[in-house]
This record gives sequence, structure tokens and C-alpha cells, in this order.
Amino acid sequence: MIALDASAEHLLRELAPQVLGVVVRRYRDFAAAEDAVQEALVAAALQWPREGIPGNPRAWLIQVANRRMTDFLRSELARRRREAAVAQEAVAPGVENEEDDTLVLLYMCCHPALTPSSTVALTLRAVGGLTTAEIASAFLVPEATMAQRISRAKQSIKTSGVPFQMPTGQERAERLRSVLHALYLIFNEGYTSSAGPHLHRCELSVEAIRLTRLVHQRLPDDPEVAGLLALMLLTDARRAARSGPDGELIPLTKQDRTRWDQGQIAEGVALISAALSRGSIGAYQLQAAIAAVHDEAPRAEDTDWPQILALYDLLRRMADNPMVMLNHAVAVAMVHGPAAGLELLKALDADGRLAGHHRLDAVRAHLLELAGDHQAAIAHYQIAAGRTTSIPERNYLTTQAARLRECTES
Amino acid sequence: MKYILMMSHRKSQTEGIATWPHKDIQAHIAFMMGLNKDLRASGELVSAEGLAFPDQAVLVRAGKNGEPVTDGVFPETKEFLAGYWIVDVESPEQAYAIAARASAAPGPGGAPLNMAIEVRQVMSGPPEEFV
Repeated sequence: MIALDASAEHLLRELAPQVLGVVVRRYRDFAAAEDAVQEALVAAALQWPREGIPGNPRAWLIQVANRRMTDFLRSELARRRREAAVAQEAVAPGVENEEDDTLVLLYMCCHPALTPSSTVALTLRAVGGLTTAEIASAFLVPEATMAQRISRAKQSIKTSGVPFQMPTGQERAERLRSVLHALYLIFNEGYTSSAGPHLHRCELSVEAIRLTRLVHQRLPDDPEVAGLLALMLLTDARRAARSGPDGELIPLTKQDRTRWDQGQIAEGVALISAALSRGSIGAYQLQAAIAAVHDEAPRAEDTDWPQILALYDLLRRMADNPMVMLNHAVAVAMVHGPAAGLELLKALDADGRLAGHHRLDAVRAHLLELAGDHQAAIAHYQIAAGRTTSIPERNYLTTQAARLRECTES
Repeated sequence: MKYILMMSHRKSQTEGIATWPHKDIQAHIAFMMGLNKDLRASGELVSAEGLAFPDQAVLVRAGKNGEPVTDGVFPETKEFLAGYWIVDVESPEQAYAIAARASAAPGPGGAPLNMAIEVRQVMSGPPEEFV
């Protein structure tokens, strides 16, 4: 089979949510329209390499999707749906607005009735234009399982009765938060080791950046959208340096900084600087600002930890999040010494929300090592290794414990 | 998050299934197939496999030159892995609930077997960045 080249693939993915918006507006059945557009995308991927890209690719996709919808509506099984659709055709069709359609679709896919994994899968298919097979392979589950997950997600949306239109007022702000959170989840899932069996998962972070860019283009004045895009770019910029040739994890302080993507860093820094100057500070902006401080240090020892500490102080006041408290403790240790950081971990122990979380033990081990208490550090590296759910991370933590044991013995 | 659910049988149990009444065997098989069907429909099933009876199992070790040296299964081994599921769920509680359902598969006379199902997380989380 001849495959689409990169530019055609890009075009197809860009058009996917626009075409879906048009078809949903016409037929008022999100679940069926989404299936029809998916079929149109698959048809394009098969036909365009052979026959060339049509003069008006958007119209071509709409036409194919419309035909699929017509077939669907004609089918015996869908008789009742057809009656419903015909009845609704009396409703004046909304004004088509491709720009808004992408956002409306995102708001739909990130409906609170859906579980995080359903939200992510549906977003990647309906807005990202990825096929079910591609999404399944990114999450390492069988295609049939992913197909079921997507179909159930669409069913939930249908049951919830959410209309295909832009939410208003307070609801809109809440849904935008869910959208940004879903994009953040997609990014995190992809931001993993770039070697070994998880290689293809990198595409998820690329896709998350692409989708966040789409949102940023449509809401250029929203500082949190800009903040999230900046956070992704500034984090992804380190990807090449983040793991060694065998997929082993390399911590921030040991990374070869010449391998960081300076283009992405420059774009991220510009975005976050502009967002922060607008004065409406949010959690994504602060996290992006922290990532920028790391990225702008030529060497690990040049890192401006007092500034990072100040940013974590702000972040800590903004959200009651134990993970933020943990990172804040690391920053305190880097500025005021490991004892001060370890003192703060006691509050986290009492807090209880991170009880049993490997990250708390990993940080404690690191701070104990800095404080020179190697025996205790070894013990906590080992506890952390036993609790993580990532193999590269477990290897890293086990190696830390072994390294420290050897230097304690010698 | 992914979990593996490992179902172990006591040796007597595995051999015993052949002695169950026909309708009980069928009910057991139907139960397992129904469980798999539901897991597939809910979008949670990653894979599920049943294993051959343990009397066909061998232990393999590398010999001097790395060649496989096989050994029969030792009769004193009491528990055998009979099959497993890998499920992709939102929380450990969901994995436990599926395991409990599998554990209660019907045995002779339709009574629940209440088999022990070992549940362990599959290492599939993304690593975080360490300073």
C-alpha cells in the first residue's frame, strides 16, 4: 500500500475536526457522524496516494462522510434515528464556523461524564483524526478494545444529551480546564523513554502539542492555553537528552544539554513570557515558567534555584496539590540545604495523600543522599524502586541504590 | 493502568474438572466466555489466555553450552498458573472487582470456586523526570 506523505497526512489531520463539525451540524448525531468521518479519513488515506490529493480536499472528505451518513440513515437498523434526524432538520442549521468547530468538538470529547481514558481516546480520534488502530497501538491495547472504549464514550455523550454547541459562561471555563487537562494527559503519556518498546508513544506528545497549538490558535489571548503549550514545548525540548541509548533514564542534572532542542525552548520561552505579562497567572503558566528556568541554564549548576523556589511558592498557594508540595520541597533543599527539604517532607507524610507513592520515597532518598545519610538514602531508593510503575524509572532507582552502596562500602 | 490477573489452580482442581458433571463444566466455560465478552465490550481487555494443563508443562534451564535442558514438572508443586487476564482499567479497585468476579466462577454443582487470583500491576506508567 502506498502511504500518504507527511504533508498530506498533516492536511488530513488538520481537516478532520473541521469536516466532523460540518457533518455533526448537518445530521445532529455525533456518534454516527464521527464514524462517518473516520471512514472518510480511511478512504482518503487509501485513495489519495493513488489518485492524488483532490482539488478541494475538505469538500471531498465532507462528501464522502455525507455519503456514509446517508447509507447509515437508510439502513434498516437506523430507521428510528432517521426519523429523529428528519424531525430535527426543521431546526435552522447553525452557522458553520470551522475554527469554532474544533473547539466545540474538544469541549464535547472532554465532557465530565467520561473517564480520563475515554476522553483521551475520543479526543485523539474525533479531533486528532487518528485511526482507532493508531490510538490502540499508542496505548498498547488491542484495536477491538480501543474501538469499544471509543464507542462507549460516544454512547455516554449521547446519553448525557450534551448538544453540539459552544458551552457558555462558567461552563465554558470549566470545560476548557477539562480540555487542557486531557491534552496534558496525552502529552504525559507520550513523554516517555524514546527507546525500546515504547518508541511510538512519543507520537502522543507530538500530537498533544499539535492539538494544544490548535486551541492556542483559536484562543490566543487565554494565558493558560499559552502556558500549557509552553510547558509542553519546554519539556519536550529535553526529550532527546532524557534517555540513554538503551532507554535508561537520565536525570535533569546529568543530561547533555547540547541535545536540548533550542528552537522549541525559544518558542516556549517567548510564549510563556508573553502569557505572564498579561497578568492572569495560572498553574500551567507557573509550571512552564519553572521548565523555562531549567531550560535556560547552560549547566545544571547554573540553575536559578531561588527563582524556581519562588515559582513553586506561588504554585503551592494556587493549588492544594501534594505533588507540588513535593517539588517545592526539592527546590527548598536546593536553596536552603537538604535538611530544610527533608523537614518539609514530614508535612507530606502527615498529609497522607502521597502515602505509598514512589515519588515521595525517591525525593526523600535524593535529599538523604545530599545530606550524606547514605544508608537511609539506599533504603528509600529501594522502596521507591519497588513502588514505581515504570520500568526505566525502576531501573534508575535500583541503580542509584547500588551506586550508593558501592561508594559506601569502598 | 494495566493489571495482570493470574488465576492459579490447585493441581487437584485442574485434574478434577474432568470429573465434574457435564452441565457444570459447561456452566464454568460459559461463565469464563461471558466474562471475557464483557471485558471486551467494556474496552478493558488487553489479553486473556488459558494455559494447557500442567501435566504438559516442562521446566527449562540453560545447559553448559546454553542448550535447553528440560525437566518434568515436580509432583510436589501444588499450585499451577491456569490462565491470566491483562486488563486496562482506571483504578486498582476496578482490577480487584474483575478478579473477584473471575474468582467466583462456578464449580461442581454451580457453587463458586472462590479461586485465589493474584493481581499485579503491569509496569506501563510513563517515567517522570528526576532532578
